[in-house]
Amino acid sequence: MRPRSVVSEPAPALAVAGVTLSFGGVRALHDVSFEVQPGSITSVIGPNGAGKTSLFNCISGFYRPAAGSIRLFGERIDRWSPPRRARHGLARTFQNIALFRGMTVLDNIKLGRHAHLETSLVDALVYYGRARREEVALRAEIEHRIIDFLEIDHIRKAPVGALAYGLQKRVELARALAMRPKILLLDEPVAGMNREETEDMARFILDVKADWGVTILMVDHDMGLVMDLSDHVLVLNFGEVIARGRPAEVQDDPTVVAAYLGSGDVESLRRRFAGGSDRGAEAA
Amino acid sequence: MRIGHAKESYAADEALLDSPFQWTMLALMIAGLAALPLFGDPYWVYLVCLIAIHVIGATGLNILTGFTGLVSLGHAAFLGVGAYTVAVLEARIGTPFPVNLLAGGLAAAAVGLVVGLPSLRVKGLYLAIATIAASVILHFVFLHWASLTGGPAGLSLPPATLFGVALDTPFALYWLILPVAGVMVLGAANLFRTRVGRAFIAIRDRDISAELIGIPLLKTKLMSFGISSFYAGVAGGLWAYFFRVVTPESFPLIMSIFFLAAIIVGGLGSILGGVLGAVFMTLVPEALKLGVGLLSGVLPDAVAILAPVRTVVFGALIIGFLIFEPLGLAEIWRRFRRLQHLWPFRT
Ligand SMILES: Nc1ncnc2c1ncn2[C@@H]1O[C@H](COP(=O)(O)OP(=O)(O)OP(=O)(O)O)[C@@H](O)[C@H]1O
Ligand SMILES: [Mg+2]
Repeated sequence: MRPRSVVSEPAPALAVAGVTLSFGGVRALHDVSFEVQPGSITSVIGPNGAGKTSLFNCISGFYRPAAGSIRLFGERIDRWSPPRRARHGLARTFQNIALFRGMTVLDNIKLGRHAHLETSLVDALVYYGRARREEVALRAEIEHRIIDFLEIDHIRKAPVGALAYGLQKRVELARALAMRPKILLLDEPVAGMNREETEDMARFILDVKADWGVTILMVDHDMGLVMDLSDHVLVLNFGEVIARGRPAEVQDDPTVVAAYLGSGDVESLRRRFAGGSDRGAEAA
Repeated sequence: MRIGHAKESYAADEALLDSPFQWTMLALMIAGLAALPLFGDPYWVYLVCLIAIHVIGATGLNILTGFTGLVSLGHAAFLGVGAYTVAVLEARIGTPFPVNLLAGGLAAAAVGLVVGLPSLRVKGLYLAIATIAASVILHFVFLHWASLTGGPAGLSLPPATLFGVALDTPFALYWLILPVAGVMVLGAANLFRTRVGRAFIAIRDRDISAELIGIPLLKTKLMSFGISSFYAGVAGGLWAYFFRVVTPESFPLIMSIFFLAAIIVGGLGSILGGVLGAVFMTLVPEALKLGVGLLSGVLPDAVAILAPVRTVVFGALIIGFLIFEPLGLAEIWRRFRRLQHLWPFRT
């Protein structure tokens, strides 16, 4: 007989267990298991081709893993369709920005809320009444909670395709926030950004965690950002978890350095770690 | 930048027409259309009725092809379903015309849902071929389900009646067709102020990330097929009341191409574009015919010589548009409006 625990553990925000995925001969993920605690920031790092994006694609439902299970706040979601996962509070941004380029910033953000809105086809044709109420309320909420917060009020009517890269990344975060996420997956949120843009984004990520109470799972190659922001770090290499722990522990793990060494990327890793401690010194 | 009015609230900022200029233009257009039957000759009334029917059809196709990115070459067949439904109900059962029109739209929508099923798997040219196949099948049904459709001879129907008055001339039908067209265009414009229309556009632009942000693909594509063919069905129903005879040859493949050309010339993915395209495609051949007719007063042989030239000119105009204004007539209008916004003195 199992002893009954008096206080039941809260379910992890995300629990990935034994996830395996292959593309033909390429083994993208092998027996990947980890948990993300509610309210934390967890980062996944690893050399190029390690399987980080593939992992995100399995979680958001774009790929079906060959084996393993994925749970969102205790509920098993790995057989669900992507829209159903989105409705249950799973939101993400993409490594290669996936905005709707012809639409305005505002419409892109509104799209994020799609699954939570109720306007039916007939409501939409009539507009006045239900649809209008919903749209105006949505607009107000987006203006006050998202556009102000992410400081994008000057571009709300601009077509996304015309914006600078860094702003597009910000709009993608805005759209993900409009999805009412419980957990947010960020695939390389600061890739290709300059230092100032990176620092803005870091601030937004911390605020999303603190003010919105959203759990964050993030991939990035910017070790400074990862080390500064993360509560937990998971290291992938060739589709396998090779290390995990608090940022400082991972940073000193010889297997992690070796993985980047194997990928020929060790110098850049050193530089990035060095950059990370710089940033840490600045912040202190 | 726009001059002359500040946005007062989000509701005002979400409005369809956002400047006094646009309201003025709309009011002028409505006034002009209302006055037309009083002053215009029957030919113009006839033409405007036809344009309005084409506007409904083109707007329907624009929702599907222009906004959702699903190419259809079967649109005419959906008009056919609407027309036959109205003809059968009017001639055999005699239900009132609003019921018949609605039934025509719904019947076409139902067929559209079935035709739309492959759209989850096939897109682009493949979907276009699938929709042609569907329209061939529908043509076969119109031709051979003779007990219902009257076979090759088709069906004639009595005029629509309103409070016992027969709407049997373009003058009378004008007051039925134009308001219906106006309401349907407004409905289509409203769609794109809400989640429904945004989801259509999202699917057109990037269907995979659309799904990942919570838009169900099949359901949304089918919704687009359904509403698009509903529009076609109502247009077909009005067509039936207008011409009062419906045959299998009334809705040929070339009519589907006509609608596709209309939304391309007018502006894919623009409600105004669908309207302008339908006006252009209906009016230009008539204008050319008129021009040839005038010339024949001078040159006795003009009709024989110029009739083929007319078709060539029409084709050249369409090609010219594709080259010089790929975004369509709607874009020309948008540029004109921008000029107007820049004008230092308020209009
Ligand atoms: N759709 C696909 N088809 C075939 N192979 C794929 C596909 N997607 C990813 N892979 C392969 O799976 C492996 C993991 O790729 P993934 O994109 O997940 O890496 P990553 O860790 O995100 O890399 P990066 O840091 O460069 O973004 C790579 O070897 C990649 O080539
Ligand atoms: Mg990646």
